[in-house]
Amino acid sequence: MTVLLEVTSLRTEFATRAGLVRAVDGVSLQVRRGECLGVVGESGSGKSVTFASVMGLVRSPGKVVAGTIFFDGRDLRQLSPEEMRAIRGRDIAMTMQDALTALNPALSVGEQMAEVMVAHDETLPAGRAARRAAIRERSVEMLGLVGIPSPDTRLRQYPHEFSGGMRQRIMIAIALTCRPKLLITDEPTTALDVTIQAQVLELISDIRARLGMAVVLITHDLGVVAEHCDRVMVMYAGQVVEEGPTSAVIGQPRHPYTRGLLASIPRPALRGHRIEPIMGQVPDLVGLPPQCRFHSRCPLARPECLVEVPMLPAGPGRQARCLRLEEPA
Amino acid sequence: MSLGKLLERIIQLIPVLLGVSLIVFVMMALTPGDPVQIMVGEQSITPEQEAELRRNLGLDRPMVERFFIFLAHAVQFDFGNSFYHGRPVADVIAERLPATIELSLVALIVALATAIPLGVVAAIRKNSVLDRMATVGSLLGVSLPGFWFGILLIMLFAVHMQVLPVSGRIGYDNEVAAVTGFLLIDTLLAGDIGAFGDALRHLLLPAITLGLPMTAILMRVTRSSMLEVMRQDYVTFAEAKGLPRRRVLYRHALKNALIPTVSVAAIETGSLLGGNMIVETVFGWPGLGRLVVESIFLRNYPLIQAAVLLYAVTYVLLNFLADILYTVLNPRVKL
Ligand SMILES: Nc1ncnc2c1ncn2[C@@H]1O[C@H](COP(=O)(O)OP(=O)(O)OP(=O)(O)O)[C@@H](O)[C@H]1O
Ligand code: SF4
Ligand SMILES: [Mg+2]
Repeated sequence: MTVLLEVTSLRTEFATRAGLVRAVDGVSLQVRRGECLGVVGESGSGKSVTFASVMGLVRSPGKVVAGTIFFDGRDLRQLSPEEMRAIRGRDIAMTMQDALTALNPALSVGEQMAEVMVAHDETLPAGRAARRAAIRERSVEMLGLVGIPSPDTRLRQYPHEFSGGMRQRIMIAIALTCRPKLLITDEPTTALDVTIQAQVLELISDIRARLGMAVVLITHDLGVVAEHCDRVMVMYAGQVVEEGPTSAVIGQPRHPYTRGLLASIPRPALRGHRIEPIMGQVPDLVGLPPQCRFHSRCPLARPECLVEVPMLPAGPGRQARCLRLEEPA
Repeated sequence: MSLGKLLERIIQLIPVLLGVSLIVFVMMALTPGDPVQIMVGEQSITPEQEAELRRNLGLDRPMVERFFIFLAHAVQFDFGNSFYHGRPVADVIAERLPATIELSLVALIVALATAIPLGVVAAIRKNSVLDRMATVGSLLGVSLPGFWFGILLIMLFAVHMQVLPVSGRIGYDNEVAAVTGFLLIDTLLAGDIGAFGDALRHLLLPAITLGLPMTAILMRVTRSSMLEVMRQDYVTFAEAKGLPRRRVLYRHALKNALIPTVSVAAIETGSLLGGNMIVETVFGWPGLGRLVVESIFLRNYPLIQAAVLLYAVTYVLLNFLADILYTVLNPRVKL
């Protein structure tokens, strides 16, 4: 599989009153064509900001200050706003973390589906009526695909007339309309109850297999990662701390933080294990000293850890940011 | 919004309007001084004449009865006679009303047409020079007294530069037959483009003066609601879809940002009524506002009462309209 997205040494900062927040600090990652990459980490670890940076959607006072973002052979940071716009929604699509606020309350669902085709689809017929018919047909098809019942009558409705789960699926349908090469999906299941969660994830996996689309799945749920992702990347305080094939990382976590996460998350596969919440808090991202960021919470911490720790090889296809990888858990 | 719901809301208006009428009535009744004495003033009249006047005004009856008579007459637009004009109050008001409505509507249009683009640009270019200028300008706009600003405009454009007329609705040589009472329409009906332009030139300064505070308020509302909306997830999602920037700004952001603007505009239109009295006086505008000011000096009670009631009812109806607009624009809100 060839590499579709390759991010190198990405740094994104927010200028706040409290100081410069390094929300993303030297993140490197790869997504291969058709693969699913899971991204996990505590709240505030920089998952959303990392991929907002990839999309070129970091808002002021935030700014991508360093790094390269190669997608399909082009460095997205070098593109003009117009070139970037053409890629968004067509080649890289994204769903938002909160489905309830991601759809515009003042526009019908049909319009919100149609506009993405109008913006990107050059294959639409030229005539007005034919164009409308084609858009409508495709909208109905997409809504049907994500399991919205009687889609043709529901296109006229507004977001508030749909349940949370349906809005989530509409958002996914919109994201998939132009058959993107990469779908970035941020917590696609948090707002949903368990059965619908499973349905939505099945749906994404299903479409991924059919379209050969790559997926970045941002989640708090390691169980979801175990089930759906080829590889997983663990983030902590703006950095990647561990990365590798899902089964290996979850089966034998090497970084103390990953171990802590696995211990803290209840999962059927881990039933019988003690659930140990990680003690302490994520460090303040303002003015961090150049040292292992997990130091203050790490059960294995030693004075020699107070140095800048690089990503180190941690097994076949794996890396972790820890000096004591060889130590047993 | 269904027709049934609309009807329900209209029915709900009835007690409000009754209450408003009661307040207007009581206010007039409780105004210190005997209306007959005040109206008569220095003139000497016989006691018989005075009793006659009192009876004509219905002042000899009990208060409650007077209120119901007032109400029964009011719903038929019967507000008695204006002594000064020697004609029914309703006729005098009807004659002056189009001038005021025309001025208010043009002021509203001027306000919306400047406030919305300015507010949007100020929000998009937050903290730019233009944004700061607009903020300072709107602060001045709400705090400058209307008459002062009006006189300033007159001095600049009418006296100093002499490009716009000082007062009145239209030049004497451009008078046209009154059909609707709205000069912008009547001049066009008469096919007189020159007169239309003249009427428009007469409208410009008073409309700007009248609309200034509203422009300032609407600009601030538009700016802040636009800023608020641009932070919303659905705007980020619209951008993530790769929509053209224009579409993101105007279709996604502005459509939502205008909901408060339109509601505030409808409510603020009521406050134009108050501004009318000052602006019409400064610009010699022959409308209702000036009529009311004149009537106050002449102690023309029936006319004042009718005008105050008209203002109050208009205000209530505009608020009702604001409500309806808000609902129509905002599909989430169900009546
Ligand atoms: N607008 C902003 N202003 C200042 N700091 C911000 C802003 N947005 C994000 N940050 C900083 O970036 C850090 C990472 O945020 P991000 O949203 O990427 O976290 P996350 O991993 O997605 O968390 P969650 O799981 O809660 O979604 C936050 O801790 C915060 O300090
Ligand atoms: S480097 Fe040291 S402090 Fe950091 S995670 Fe590894 S053992 Fe813990
Ligand atoms: Mg997030």
